[in-house]
Amino acid sequence: MGSRRVRWASALLSGALFGGGLVLSGMTDPARVLGFLDVAALGTGTWDPTLAFVLGGAVGVTLLGYRLVWRRPQPFAAPDYDLPTATRIEAPLVLGAALFGLGWGLSGLCPGPAMAGLVGPFGWQLVGFAMALLIGLRLGRWVKARF
Amino acid sequence: MSPTLPLLPDPWLLGLAGGALIGLAAVVLMAFHGKILGVSGILSYTVSRTPTSWRVAFVLGLLLGALGVGMVLPQHFGPPLLQGWGAPLAGLLVGLGSALGSGCTSGHGVCGLARLSKRSMVAVAVFMGVALLTVWGVRHGL
Repeated sequence: MGSRRVRWASALLSGALFGGGLVLSGMTDPARVLGFLDVAALGTGTWDPTLAFVLGGAVGVTLLGYRLVWRRPQPFAAPDYDLPTATRIEAPLVLGAALFGLGWGLSGLCPGPAMAGLVGPFGWQLVGFAMALLIGLRLGRWVKARF
Repeated sequence: MSPTLPLLPDPWLLGLAGGALIGLAAVVLMAFHGKILGVSGILSYTVSRTPTSWRVAFVLGLLLGALGVGMVLPQHFGPPLLQGWGAPLAGLLVGLGSALGSGCTSGHGVCGLARLSKRSMVAVAVFMGVALLTVWGVRHGL
């Protein structure tokens, strides 16, 4: 099991790759995200496929990378792999995804890009969304624990 | 849509490259910590009474990484488009939905799909579908 420094540094690295990747990909521009989600734009030739490429690149690398990583019996800096164990499709999953989709479709923002955007030129404009996001997360955890 | 500088490749290539970095981030987190990279979960447990240090490090890294790349590509940031109370409402929905649904675009969309998780496939199908319908409704009237 790794030292505290390795745990901290690897998490920092992961975050940096993620944040940097988000900006590089253009997902920190809500207009670009909405340009993908606007399927009517397919008809006018103004549809933006960028998000598909982002997801494709991300899922591709993750899929291959996970296979490689899982050959090792345990992670470098933790005693065990801590993977989700739930398998059933249940109401909270579907309802939650629907609510998420609604918020995302209205704004073109999801948690990662919202956080990354805070350090960009429109940071101040994102504070309201970000704070509500954190409140929503809290509320959601509370609701989930009770039902 | 944000313009790209003449020297840079297509936004689609940048999207792919950015996506690859996101994937790499997920692989690093799995390799060292054995955990799924789910931003909603990480945020949720960072802004709490007992934040775990790796999550704080991740969020710090996210901000630094975004800042760094943002210095080279400032045009990749775009303004939020919702005005007034619409922005916090959308934020609330995204947060609530992520927590109830046990994940967001990173947790379900990237890691869940990479794990071939049926739950994530359902979640992604639902949130994509609803998002598409929402944009249609807002932009082209229901």
